[in-house]
Amino acid sequence: MRNDFPVKFDRVCEVLDKHKCDPNKLIAILQEVQEEYKYLPEDIMTYIATALGISPGSVFGVATFYSHFTLEPKGKYVIKVCDGTACHVRKSEEILKVLEKELGLSGRKKTSDDMIFTLETVACLGACGLAPVVVVNDEVHGSMTKEKTIELLNRIREQEKQENNK
Amino acid sequence: MDMKTRTAVIDNVTVLIEEEKNLLELVRKANIELPTFCYHSEISVYGACRMCMVDIEGRGILPACSTKPEDGMVVSTNTSQIREMRKMIIELMLASHDQSCTTCPKSGDCRLQNIAKQLGVEKIRFKQVNTHHELDLSSDAILRDPNKCILCGDCVRVCSEIQSVGALDFAYRGAQAKVVTSFNKGIGEVECVNCGQCIKVCPVGALMPKYQINDVWKSVHDKSKTVVVQIAPAVRVALGEYFGYKPGTTTTGQIISALRRMGFDKVYDTCFGADLTVLEEGREFLDRYSKNENLPLFTSCCPAWVKYAEQYYPDLLSHLSTCRSPQQMFGAICKDQLVNDLGISREDLVVVSIMPCTAKKFEARRDEFKVDGNPDVDHVITTKELSIMIKESGIDLNKIELGSFDMPFGFTTGAGVIFGSSGGVSEAVLRFAGHTLQKGLTGEFRQFRGNDRVKVSEIEIGDKKLRLAVVSGLANAKKLIDKIRKGEEHYDLVEVMACCGGCINGGGQPVSNEINAVSDRSKGLYDNDKMLQFHVSSDNPYIKQLYNETLDHDKAHKLLHTAYENRRRILQDDIIINKVPEDKKLSITICFGTSCFLRGAQTLYTQVMEYLTERDLLDKTEFTASFCGKQCKKGPVLSVNGKSIEHCTLEMAVAEIEKIL
Repeated sequence: MRNDFPVKFDRVCEVLDKHKCDPNKLIAILQEVQEEYKYLPEDIMTYIATALGISPGSVFGVATFYSHFTLEPKGKYVIKVCDGTACHVRKSEEILKVLEKELGLSGRKKTSDDMIFTLETVACLGACGLAPVVVVNDEVHGSMTKEKTIELLNRIREQEKQENNK
Repeated sequence: MDMKTRTAVIDNVTVLIEEEKNLLELVRKANIELPTFCYHSEISVYGACRMCMVDIEGRGILPACSTKPEDGMVVSTNTSQIREMRKMIIELMLASHDQSCTTCPKSGDCRLQNIAKQLGVEKIRFKQVNTHHELDLSSDAILRDPNKCILCGDCVRVCSEIQSVGALDFAYRGAQAKVVTSFNKGIGEVECVNCGQCIKVCPVGALMPKYQINDVWKSVHDKSKTVVVQIAPAVRVALGEYFGYKPGTTTTGQIISALRRMGFDKVYDTCFGADLTVLEEGREFLDRYSKNENLPLFTSCCPAWVKYAEQYYPDLLSHLSTCRSPQQMFGAICKDQLVNDLGISREDLVVVSIMPCTAKKFEARRDEFKVDGNPDVDHVITTKELSIMIKESGIDLNKIELGSFDMPFGFTTGAGVIFGSSGGVSEAVLRFAGHTLQKGLTGEFRQFRGNDRVKVSEIEIGDKKLRLAVVSGLANAKKLIDKIRKGEEHYDLVEVMACCGGCINGGGQPVSNEINAVSDRSKGLYDNDKMLQFHVSSDNPYIKQLYNETLDHDKAHKLLHTAYENRRRILQDDIIINKVPEDKKLSITICFGTSCFLRGAQTLYTQVMEYLTERDLLDKTEFTASFCGKQCKKGPVLSVNGKSIEHCTLEMAVAEIEKIL
């Protein structure tokens, strides 16, 4: 596995410099840091608090307030099932159930033990014309069915297998 | 200026609008007690609890705390609609509140309880929704019970606005919203300085002093123990409030008698310790002043301020007086002397102190104040806890015959008594310094009395000019110290008290509804000073005797002085930036604590990483960031294979790395 720890931490320093350690830019800083780590590690949040001269409690407060931020590490593939009104009436729940069953995940357990998959629901992605919608990382899959979902999952698994064999 | 008088009509009475910041204050001026949970005049207006809603003609229902009073306003505070709303809010709060009132330590002076009663809430129409949270028992000073919290945010604002600590904050959102410490750690594991101001503003029992009442009873009832007690100055002018006396009423005689009846063997006065502090700190100050060394001298009586300085101003720790606080001086002397005099072991002598303060509980447990693991002060209880013990004993404080302190540690001068008020320490030290510098000088130095949170004065004694600052409230202290650091202001002595007004307003004191409670207590202390025979600590005959007979220079240093340590704000693991699976050659640790960060640790890190990449050493180097190596004055600190380099530069780091390779 590539050792990407220093790359990420360098990015944190860059992000802090870019925003001139301005406490008013906390949300932007957390967003950019989360992009690197895929979540907000506790020690990094303490470091950000130190750099911005604010209490770690305030950083924690902001990070837990917005559902965009996550304090738990996420899997390599983040699968978001839209459960907005349009997707819901087109049976997004069925798709969610299939994914939960296939991945062994639930509302409580969102990330698989091997850190490959994270399963989440979102309220609305604004792509109602494509309902029901599933998003894998940044890739949008529209008009999903149970069958297509399993197909999609198998494709990702196959890809993973090939990468591991390399 | 337009001198037209402005008025408003409040519940059919015309009220003159003067300097009132908001409608709530104006309503109070009209002698109407509006219920509120989240309004405190000294912190920012939050407008969250919605209890102070009033009906303003033409504008509808608005919260009084966040509405400006305007000329011609017609205000009703008690319409049937508002009454219904208030009741409903209380019912909703109660429905998600742990209502174990009979066993709650706050019962009796709980604002939720009182307002529910005031509004005539008879039943709760909503289903009880309680999720159980564990009690936070991590701190020696403060106990958090999240089950009682009503989310008024008073503690959050007092901690950040008055104390500039920010140990508590809101987290999560909506129905999940909670007041927590960072990362849900225990309050004893984060940057909390134990001042207890959050306890003072908490309307319910969510934040309470960590009681040691049972420990004290256990010692008192243990026949094999000799139990002595010391009483801090601020306690004697506040305890009476729990028994119907006005703030500032001195109840020393009653307290002493009550303690004797409870079974304490000796009742002493912390002011004796304060007199010792004056002498030690006065000498230290004059010595530093004559050498122009480590000035300004910061006082060290306040344990919340000491912890604050250890966390945020590690570079100034050499400026902090090495003197122990009066509580700890008293404890050290008491154990040292009485163990000899009575021929008993340290373990069998129990020193209890009664303090206006929660941070004193933390202070007494510091390792520096223990001898072979046995603390100089065994138990610390607050004024509130003393009131509970008196009530538990069934003693009627109003009828008890007065008593007087035991000798010799019960004898004090007026200088020791005024320690409890902000400015008192400075005044006491000045009286001593004046006395020492100029024979026969007996000034009072009243410059530092009064309610201001920052008091600055230049004082001439003989041919010397001393510049002093007295500050209370840590946010005020922070502002002042930042100016001193930048070189904008110069002082010789700075007195810092964490609580606004000093110990008399401490976290263990009664919560008073009277606006002038703090200044009344202060006046009570200065009155006590007036009534005593001596006003300069060096005149205390028992202190003189102590120095003549037992306290030589070395012993005084051992028993009465201490050292400080840089403190991590948060107990936390290090960040491993670069992880190397095997065959690592180098292990580099860089400190990213507050002080090192300010001294350029981040730039150093970037440079070292660039160098490691260039030399192709990255996969052989384990790189760790630590949060505080406790060497803050020497920052930035970087260590290579365990060898730490102080004031590290890229060149120094490279030299060390090359040496190893």
